[in-house]
Amino acid sequence: MTTATDMNASSADSYVTADGRTIGGVVMDLKNITLRFGGVVAIKDISFDIREGEIRAIIGPNGAGKSSMLNVISGFYKPQEGEVWFRGSKRPPMKPYQVARQGLARTFQNIALFDGMTVLDNIMTGRLNHMKANMFQQAIWKGKAEREEIANREICEKVIDFLEIQHIRKTPVGRLPYGLKKRVELARALAAQPSLLLLDEPMAGMNVEEKEDMSRFILDMNDEFGTTIALIEHDMGVVMDLSDRVVVMDYGKKIGDGTPDEVRNNQDVIDAYLGVAHD
Amino acid sequence: MFYREAGDFKTSYRDDSQTFPIRLDRMGYYILMFVAFFVVPFFINDYWVNAVFAPFLIYAIAALGLNILTGYAGQVSLGTGGFMAVGAYACYKLMTGFPEVSIIIHILLAGGITALVGVAFGLPSLRIKGFYLAVATLAAQFFLVWVFNKVPWFYNYSASGQINAPERSVFGVMVTGPNTEAWAKYMICLVFVVVLAWVARNLTRGMMGRKWMGIRDMDIAAEIIGVNPLMAKMSAFAVSSFFVGIAGALFFSVYLGAAEAGEAFGINKSFLILFMIIIGGLGSIFGSFAGAAFMVLMPVFLKNVLVGGMGWPTDLAAHFEFMIVGGLIVVFLIVEPHGLAQLWRLAKEKLRLWPFPH
Repeated sequence: MTTATDMNASSADSYVTADGRTIGGVVMDLKNITLRFGGVVAIKDISFDIREGEIRAIIGPNGAGKSSMLNVISGFYKPQEGEVWFRGSKRPPMKPYQVARQGLARTFQNIALFDGMTVLDNIMTGRLNHMKANMFQQAIWKGKAEREEIANREICEKVIDFLEIQHIRKTPVGRLPYGLKKRVELARALAAQPSLLLLDEPMAGMNVEEKEDMSRFILDMNDEFGTTIALIEHDMGVVMDLSDRVVVMDYGKKIGDGTPDEVRNNQDVIDAYLGVAHD
Repeated sequence: MFYREAGDFKTSYRDDSQTFPIRLDRMGYYILMFVAFFVVPFFINDYWVNAVFAPFLIYAIAALGLNILTGYAGQVSLGTGGFMAVGAYACYKLMTGFPEVSIIIHILLAGGITALVGVAFGLPSLRIKGFYLAVATLAAQFFLVWVFNKVPWFYNYSASGQINAPERSVFGVMVTGPNTEAWAKYMICLVFVVVLAWVARNLTRGMMGRKWMGIRDMDIAAEIIGVNPLMAKMSAFAVSSFFVGIAGALFFSVYLGAAEAGEAFGINKSFLILFMIIIGGLGSIFGSFAGAAFMVLMPVFLKNVLVGGMGWPTDLAAHFEFMIVGGLIVVFLIVEPHGLAQLWRLAKEKLRLWPFPH
């Protein structure tokens, strides 16, 4: 309880980072979240917030509950206790697609693209919450549906340019190699122009060059579009370089929260990563 | 060389997202439309319309409908025959109940009624998937046929239990009943096919189609992106059943003229249409037509060759026909499991270079 109030006390004012980006107020505030699967406690009383315009990392050893945390944020899991506050109001229990409509987008640890569709169609699905033509307008096509399609195509093309995937625009996703699939998935999430973007291990299984590319995209995204990003990542070097603030989880509990430097010197975090006997 | 996209530049997203982006395809489409509307009607006779064109066009509508549900939205259905029966009986009741209203409106309304029935039987799809859903739709098939056989109100208490299409005309031209001329039968089917294929294409290239395909390819991801699975699945069932209902209404009123639920719309019909879309290609508009053409034309072609060309007795030819069609289906599926539509795509990719090696 104390952590949550402490955070709120300092969240009203925005500040400017060393590299000149403005970090605004709190977008997402998680208060005392507890998630259980039967007898297993996946997340135990965790509170943290995500501020507008920042890159927020969630790290922790395997099985710490990071992905569960992301699933709580995206509405896929319903926590037994605790509250999720999004853009200043408490979020009622919602289906995942309703959460998406509020302006959340995410990528998955193991790529969740639509294999039978082209890259462009996959990215266009990211725009679905922005397209309003009903079924009859779409059936006739001429008029609203076509105008909307073209307007949204332009936004998708910007994302395609940004992520440098022009050459595979019309390729079915199933044919693409792993690294490009990851990039297409990012494009789909980015096309939604989310107010909070969740990335679940965006660099898993990539080589050094691909990781560098992806890091560049994440930084540019944050810098150019001001996208707020929360990400889970195992590569410590990447996390420490990219993120403004880091939450460290272990065995479902939060053991550290702060800037990369603070976290690096936190004794609990060092213990968790180096391994100490748990009681 | 001859079939190519080089030099065919697109300068707007509108041009880029058209149905036939390659100029030669577009020309082919226009020529086909011209022949279908302005050449065929003048040469068509009763044999051609009853053996080839009417069944092909009507089955193409049904295949389009099932392809939307199974090929695009990924929901397997074995209830197509039952839904065609709904369309047929709805059309019959409307034709006999409101004789002064145009048959076109009756057919469209029959489609609408079938859409409602389809949504009702599609509700289990929210909980069950794959083979289990197929079994649930199988229940729809048997239930619907049973209802139409057992409730006399549906066949207007006629002694035979059959339904007979009364004579109706559109713009003064008879389109149903035994005295319908071949070209009128052909034209009404053709108009419905062209309009419905256009609607199917529009729905599947837009956001609706992407939602359906998202649900098909990975339903959980689709939901997290913002697809409401209830709406996506129910709209797929509704649109699909609308198409199938119209196919059923045309099949009964224009093609058969008289029908009995168990015989005309039995489980065989469900499988026939499912085979059409599997052979033609799941998730493809062209595939629906190719599959319908294959399943309708192949038996007719074989009969003409075996009986007419080689002089075999009719019954022997009929049995051989089954074996040959069955064998061809197996061969086609081994050569290209994704159907004739995929073969066509591959052929076009090859043609882009032909006759040069690079």
